[in-house]
Amino acid sequence: MFTFRAVGVRVGKFFRDSGHLIRPAIVLLAGLGLFMVIRGAVVPKGFGQYGHYRPGALAAIRQHPVVYAGQATCVLCHEEEGKVRATGKHAHVACETCHGPLAKHADDPAANVPTLPAVATLCARCHEKDTAKPKTFPQVVTAEHSGGMACNDCHKPHNPHL
Amino acid sequence: MIPGVDGFMYPNEVELQWSVLIVLYPFVTGLVAGAFILASLERVFKVEAVRPTYRLALLTALSFLLVAPLPLQLHLGHPERSFEMYTTPHRSSAMAMFGFIYLWYLTVVLLLEIWLEYRSDIVRLAQSSKGFPRLVYQALTLGSMNVSPAARAIDDKVGYAVTVIGIPSAFLLHGYVGFIFGSIKANPWWSTPLMPIVFLFSAMVSGIAAVLLLYMASMKLKKWPIDMRCVDTIAKYLFYAFVIAFSLEMLDLIHRTYESDESFRSLDFMVHTRLWYSHVVLQIGVGTLIPLALLAANQLWKFSEAKRRVMYVTACSLTMIGIFAMRWNVVIGGQLFSKSFLGYTTYKVELVTREGLLAAIALMLLPFVIFFVLVKILPPWQETEAHKA
Repeated sequence: MFTFRAVGVRVGKFFRDSGHLIRPAIVLLAGLGLFMVIRGAVVPKGFGQYGHYRPGALAAIRQHPVVYAGQATCVLCHEEEGKVRATGKHAHVACETCHGPLAKHADDPAANVPTLPAVATLCARCHEKDTAKPKTFPQVVTAEHSGGMACNDCHKPHNPHL
Repeated sequence: MIPGVDGFMYPNEVELQWSVLIVLYPFVTGLVAGAFILASLERVFKVEAVRPTYRLALLTALSFLLVAPLPLQLHLGHPERSFEMYTTPHRSSAMAMFGFIYLWYLTVVLLLEIWLEYRSDIVRLAQSSKGFPRLVYQALTLGSMNVSPAARAIDDKVGYAVTVIGIPSAFLLHGYVGFIFGSIKANPWWSTPLMPIVFLFSAMVSGIAAVLLLYMASMKLKKWPIDMRCVDTIAKYLFYAFVIAFSLEMLDLIHRTYESDESFRSLDFMVHTRLWYSHVVLQIGVGTLIPLALLAANQLWKFSEAKRRVMYVTACSLTMIGIFAMRWNVVIGGQLFSKSFLGYTTYKVELVTREGLLAAIALMLLPFVIFFVLVKILPPWQETEAHKA
């Protein structure tokens, strides 16, 4: 027979016998809570504001010192080299690709005198023969090609045509 | 010429980025999913004959699941950064999503099911043991000593529900590993929608074989009789799963061969040269056809117990080798050819490096150590002993 008391007893018994199930749920929720706390602590502030990265990264990157002067700056003084290069195959290779980053030199040329690049390794970096390179790209097996001579004995780097 | 390279390779393809450790990742995850599916046979599909392996399968799944992410961690230069995929997950990252599937499977499915299954044992051990073990068991009770028949009946119902949720979760767990490879459109060796389902069925095959081997080995070590009804039933399901797994792989092969797209000549050449031994001989021959024949023979003819035991151990061991070879051929095979389809590289396993053979062997032994510890803490034998008595 239906009575509220009987229902109450059954509900009470159900909760008494299933009460232990709340415990793994609490452990799980505690784990989830701990995760949220750790997440709150380790995720950088404002993450995702502009994209999937830390917005502070932009300011941090901006603070990196500028190391490349840019070729427009180089040719202000080295006009002759700029003209020679513009007529040859290296016209689209920027000055600092071979000479290295020289912003400090551009700021104070006398105090920061750059050293010339070592041609033995520099030229081979692009022109060593490799099957992965397009056939039209000038490439040589340096050990066989020059017989030990430096590249710039024959080729002028600013306009490498012989 | 670059050593180990034939033909034309793009520079970034010469050296393999995904080593033997990445082979272990799908292999170990597959064992987890397969072992759990075997456990669900008893729980959900009421296959009573496999009852002696139920707890063993759960512990096997947990042991391997705990090790599953370690090969990936060891592969990374900065493993600590991998946790960022949990704190700041990107929806386009397949790996980040795997992290959540992994956590779901570990906590909501496996740990919960093991806790519910073992609760009465944990409470009994918390009352009967002494010293440090007592503290461990008391902690494992989570503060509830209620193991009344009514409470256990509720446990049983909830455990059933967890297993029902666990089956699609196990499918998701390993299907997702296949998805990670299958969704890489730049690699024709991997990029097929069949990949998740091929991985899934091969996972079931390897997991069932692993549990069968572990059960037989455990009985041997304990000098207890092997429940042949149980072993025969598992072997039957292993056979069914194997037939589906092999059919799917052959379907993939026939489809690729008939379709013969622009990658086919290159892949075909690879299977006939660099992957001949690992793919055709080990995976298909030794690891699939021989165990399939042994299992099929048991469905057709009746052998003596001793012969069946030898046949099952042989079939399961070869199956494990075959499934490992399959993972190898997917992971390593997919990196051996150039995307130009004009060149091939080689993979030489190192020995004593972070991603070398020794690290791989140690990682493969670790689940067995964890399994040993788990078996000590949560003995799965009670049922078997009762069964024997």
